[in-house]
Amino acid sequence: MSAINPDQTTAQRLAGMVPSPKPQRMEDPVTRDGSLVEDPAVRAPLVLGDRTFNDVTETVCGYIEKGPGRWWMPAFGLASGVAGLMPLMILYLITTGVGVWGLNNHVDWAWDITNFVFWIGIGHAGTLISAILCLLKQKWRTSINRAAEAMTIFAVICAGTFPGIHVGRIWMTWMLFPIPNANAIWPNFSSPLLWDVFAVSTYATVSALFWYMGMIPDFATLRDRAAIRLMRDGQDAETLPILNIRVDMIRARIYGILSMGWRFSARHWHTYEKAYLMLAGISTPLVLSVHSIVSFDFATSIVPGWHTTIFPPYFVAGAIFGGFAMVLMLLIPSRELFPGMKDLVTLRHLENMAKIILVTGFMVGFAYAMEFFVAWYGANKYEQDVFVYNRLIPPFFAVTGEDGQLKYAPYWWAYWAMISCNVISPQLFWFKWARQSPVAIFIVAFAVTIGMWFERFVIIVTSLHRAFLPSEWGMFFATPVDILTFVGSCGTFLTLYLLFVRFLPQFAMSEIKNVMPQANPHWEGYGHGHGHASHNPPASGAAPAGAHHAPDAPKEGL
Amino acid sequence: MSSKKVYKTESGAAVHGVIAEFANPADLSHAAEKVRDAGYRQWDVYSPFPVHGMEEAMGQKPTKLPILVACLGLTGAFVGFGFQYFVRHIEYPIIHQAKPSDAWQVLIPVTFEIGVAFTAFSALLGMFIFNALPRWNHPLLRSRRFLGVSDDKFIIAIEAADEKFEPHGVRTMFEKAGAIAVELVEEEMDTVKVRAAH
Repeated sequence: MSAINPDQTTAQRLAGMVPSPKPQRMEDPVTRDGSLVEDPAVRAPLVLGDRTFNDVTETVCGYIEKGPGRWWMPAFGLASGVAGLMPLMILYLITTGVGVWGLNNHVDWAWDITNFVFWIGIGHAGTLISAILCLLKQKWRTSINRAAEAMTIFAVICAGTFPGIHVGRIWMTWMLFPIPNANAIWPNFSSPLLWDVFAVSTYATVSALFWYMGMIPDFATLRDRAAIRLMRDGQDAETLPILNIRVDMIRARIYGILSMGWRFSARHWHTYEKAYLMLAGISTPLVLSVHSIVSFDFATSIVPGWHTTIFPPYFVAGAIFGGFAMVLMLLIPSRELFPGMKDLVTLRHLENMAKIILVTGFMVGFAYAMEFFVAWYGANKYEQDVFVYNRLIPPFFAVTGEDGQLKYAPYWWAYWAMISCNVISPQLFWFKWARQSPVAIFIVAFAVTIGMWFERFVIIVTSLHRAFLPSEWGMFFATPVDILTFVGSCGTFLTLYLLFVRFLPQFAMSEIKNVMPQANPHWEGYGHGHGHASHNPPASGAAPAGAHHAPDAPKEGL
Repeated sequence: MSSKKVYKTESGAAVHGVIAEFANPADLSHAAEKVRDAGYRQWDVYSPFPVHGMEEAMGQKPTKLPILVACLGLTGAFVGFGFQYFVRHIEYPIIHQAKPSDAWQVLIPVTFEIGVAFTAFSALLGMFIFNALPRWNHPLLRSRRFLGVSDDKFIIAIEAADEKFEPHGVRTMFEKAGAIAVELVEEEMDTVKVRAAH
């Protein structure tokens, strides 16, 4: 019974005269996850467990209304404690000077700019999921876009801190912006560093607008649920400890203001969808421009190892690569910690993201190879030396130079950490079991995140630590302040994400409902089969209560 | 317009309109087609998510928001370019990095970013303006049944402001269209005023 030589039943099914059978799902024996459909012609279900619209609302709003669970408070305490390191270190830096970092005359950019590029890159996956996958009509994005967009904002917050504090005289940072001043000094509009200021601030703003706009209907849902509970008799209602105000009153107020009075009107939805599409359309070139401009900071200089035309696409691919790893590192533990989330973020979602990691891993691997090829093909002695003797060769393979001295790359460990994490570890995803195992995905994602940090470290530090003259050569050693500032930024990121899962809707409820099969007015469960007499009863469990059959057939066909 | 009859409930409040609940998106679409064909103008469909094909079912015209956004986005790009050109070439002409002060190429990245920022703001704010939002209070939001729309309910509301509005006629039409519940919604009014009316 194939689609090529159909028997009578198949032919009727293909013509839409009889309903298709329910897709045969391959269930995972442990998790009972039915999203892994083997047949490429059958679309994998995006929401599992025969959920109704109400189930989605209850699940997602439940995370906020019932609280995420007992683990949240200790996790938040720990994360915010670590986050506290960041302001302390920054205060020490400002009161003392950038010498508290391991910077020196040769390596004047190190962990600060590494962290900046690392965090801004992580943000890019969020925009890719929310904007590019939206334009490509990838429906599976609906379950992960909100968390990924949140991650984008928090990563950009962490990223934006580092260029702000690395300038040395921090009280002069306002000079980054073209503000009229008494000295008639303007910023240099032909400098990529200034382009960066505009790119990053535009990116942060547009991402925040996009994120907020997506949340408006979900804020309205939270508002209405609080309003409904307020209408009821509030005998055992939850109240604030001392103030004796009902929590639902505060929810109705705050979510109400944030929802802007959204009423789920079809006329509003029409404008909303257009506006959303335009934001997605404009975010797509924006996200590509941001990391391209970040790469110009390096590519427009004449430093060997930086001066490469491959940087913009290489940086963008790397950003998406590292960002997807971070999305996975956030979503895989969330799936375990939040009840019912496995029905929304299915193994199929994880597998898709693992495939993207594999593809983008190849892109960065190709870029690493291309750097060597161009250094060789370009016959530039300095560039060849940067790649071979500053990055590649470990001491145990040291080469004897023309002067009889052993030559090896002092930062070989950073380079090989990058290669093994970014190029070798994603190869595990060739195996289906690895793509479908959350533990394996988490381990690879963790490795990729480390590898992507090392990639930026390799690009920045190994290119700077040996300049054109050997007298300018010197190593960079990170100080505790360097390390603790970065650790603090990780804490800040995690703190913000924990606040997000506690107080904001983690899933775009209206979008998830929209990709469920019963959201389609022509869903077979509603029994309008091309005006034929075939009245099919609603599929068990999945249909909203009492699917009413209108007496007449629809005017136009499908 | 002046001859428009004002309907009042027993409590003395003006009628805002009639809402009808439908079981699912399919019924909602068909009912919307009926309301459209009956010639109502002041009415709307409410659903937890944008129902596919509802624009046609309601006879809605495509929004003009993209035109506004395109105009404002281009304005932003021109402003960004003009500002940089003014600073680099007119206000304080200076040659750095061997680039002439009127070189336009170096101005493109910032021009693009400012254009994007204007586009994004005009898309969001334009959406609010076109939808007459924010409006934090609305008669419909006082109906318990209506609040279900943010969860899983599908509702059509015809407002009393419509020329053809007549409570019984509307109710009959909704029932024929397969509504599972029909409800009258009152206009917003101060409780004090309502009491005074008694």
